[in-house]
Amino acid sequence: MTLLAVDNLTLAFGGLNVLSQVSFTVEPGQIFAIIGPNGAGKTSILNCIGGFYRAQQGRIFFDDQDITNISPDRRAAMGLARTFQNIALFRGMTVLDNIKLGRHAHLKTGLLSSLLYWGAAQREEMELRREVEESIIDFLEIEHIRNQPVASLAYGLQKRVELARALAMRPKVLLMDEPVAGMNAEETEDMARFILDIKEERDVTIVMIEHDMNMIMDISDQVVVVNFGQKIAEGNPRQVQSHPEVVKAYLGEKRER
Amino acid sequence: MRIGDFKETYAADEAVFRTGTVRLWLGLLGLALAVFPFVAGEYLIYMANITGVAVVGAVGLNVLTGFTGQISLGHAAFMGVGAYTSAILTTRLGLPFLLTLPLSGVVAALCGLIVGAPSMRMKGLYLCIATLAAQVILDFTFVHWESMTHGIRGINLPPPSIFGLSLAGGQAFYFVIVTLAALAVTACRNIFRTRVGRAFIAIRDRDISAELMGINLFRYKLYAFGVSSFLAGMAGCLLANLLKVVTPEHFPLQLSIQYLAMIIVGGLGSILGSIFGAIFMTVVPEILRSSLGLLQGLDPQIMRYLFPLQTVIFGLLIVVFLVFEPHGLAEMWRRLKAYFRLWPFEY
Repeated sequence: MTLLAVDNLTLAFGGLNVLSQVSFTVEPGQIFAIIGPNGAGKTSILNCIGGFYRAQQGRIFFDDQDITNISPDRRAAMGLARTFQNIALFRGMTVLDNIKLGRHAHLKTGLLSSLLYWGAAQREEMELRREVEESIIDFLEIEHIRNQPVASLAYGLQKRVELARALAMRPKVLLMDEPVAGMNAEETEDMARFILDIKEERDVTIVMIEHDMNMIMDISDQVVVVNFGQKIAEGNPRQVQSHPEVVKAYLGEKRER
Repeated sequence: MRIGDFKETYAADEAVFRTGTVRLWLGLLGLALAVFPFVAGEYLIYMANITGVAVVGAVGLNVLTGFTGQISLGHAAFMGVGAYTSAILTTRLGLPFLLTLPLSGVVAALCGLIVGAPSMRMKGLYLCIATLAAQVILDFTFVHWESMTHGIRGINLPPPSIFGLSLAGGQAFYFVIVTLAALAVTACRNIFRTRVGRAFIAIRDRDISAELMGINLFRYKLYAFGVSSFLAGMAGCLLANLLKVVTPEHFPLQLSIQYLAMIIVGGLGSILGSIFGAIFMTVVPEILRSSLGLLQGLDPQIMRYLFPLQTVIFGLLIVVFLVFEPHGLAEMWRRLKAYFRLWPFEY
């Protein structure tokens, strides 16, 4: 059974072809990596899946449903969560509020009951707080910063808060754009551990873009390589590593004399 | 000094007023507000009433501009819509005050939703200009829809009453205004304890990722416009019933800007800031006026220079405030509290 399928995705901005006929499928329980040189179109793939970009051609299937024409907020409610390359936390809110916001689509409080903050609205908030504390903040080890504004946090912690927010969305598929970019070895190890735990304990399928080849080789199950908007290779990490097209894209061709 | 402030339940940790001391001070404030009209003179009560109206309006604008990030230059016009609604419903249909109050909010909110609709496509300064257009259009309507609004002559209102109890005097009406201001502030504070308020702030901070987090941008922007103009409409109704007259001159563009100034001086994105800002912008000009008026005894001619000087000093005060405390009076208050939390120790 396929959880997420991208079929013949083609995206162009004016005359610039960003993606041409990219297809792949993600099975449940996988850690699925998308790699490729800078500007290859990796983030554009995630943006299409998340709904921020509309592809000119091709379809996207999620959970046996065609989501190609569904708005981003409804895709989020269906279980597509996203973390960003350049952190996109809400700077005016505390860590706790940022994480709570992730649950937005699964809460029910409407405008009028929020004005009163009474009965069901209050119970829902308390239940949310308990869940966020017990299943997310404890898990990601960020108890000590829960009441701090996110703008004051160090980069590595901000990345972790962003992951926490994505987890609060109760995702089926977690789209991660460079989760360990700019991190030192220790932070990278922590993040890799969290990603593995999320996959194993929470049945979350992970689609990630990453440049850190060691991490890709260590934790991913399936790798897709894109270059100039085209898929050039797919397979398990070993296969991809020795694929001639991939070597060419990353290292260049041997010059003929 | 605050020590031993530990919480055992999440509910206690989520409370707005978190310690006994805070609740005690709040009780004292409530008591002071209740006693005030019995000890203060007519002029002070009038000032308090005007301030109360400003609080309702400023909180409303802060929800939209400070929390949701949608700059509005049409706030005064929405107040006008509320004021005219209450005046027309009172004089033509004879509806009681308790009914016109929410109705003026509802009518203003409907106008707000219409004006807010372009926010789907526009943001920042572009939206600002769209709301400016709304201000101008509504202003024009107030003046020229003679059959409804009586043009520049305006509409006179009879003194309001609740269940046969006359609210003719400023003293009686004071309680209505204070109660409503308290309700408005509480309701707005409550919004930001739930998902609705978090969605507002998310839209302000980063609308694109807010949408990817599952927030329907259009719906929540309209919510913000609705709440904001509802409160503006109620503030307008209160003002109309306080002054007992409505004319187009009560709701110029300048008033919209004044409300923006209130929330900026008070603190954008702070409920408490809206209260501080409303008080500052209403009371300080009066203090300036009366203190400069004391100099009049020296030389009757002096007022010719002092009168414009008030405006200059007031403008300077705002600039100085913003230079030294860009986050407004609310932030000053927060630092003051933090200082006294440990007082008399350094740390």
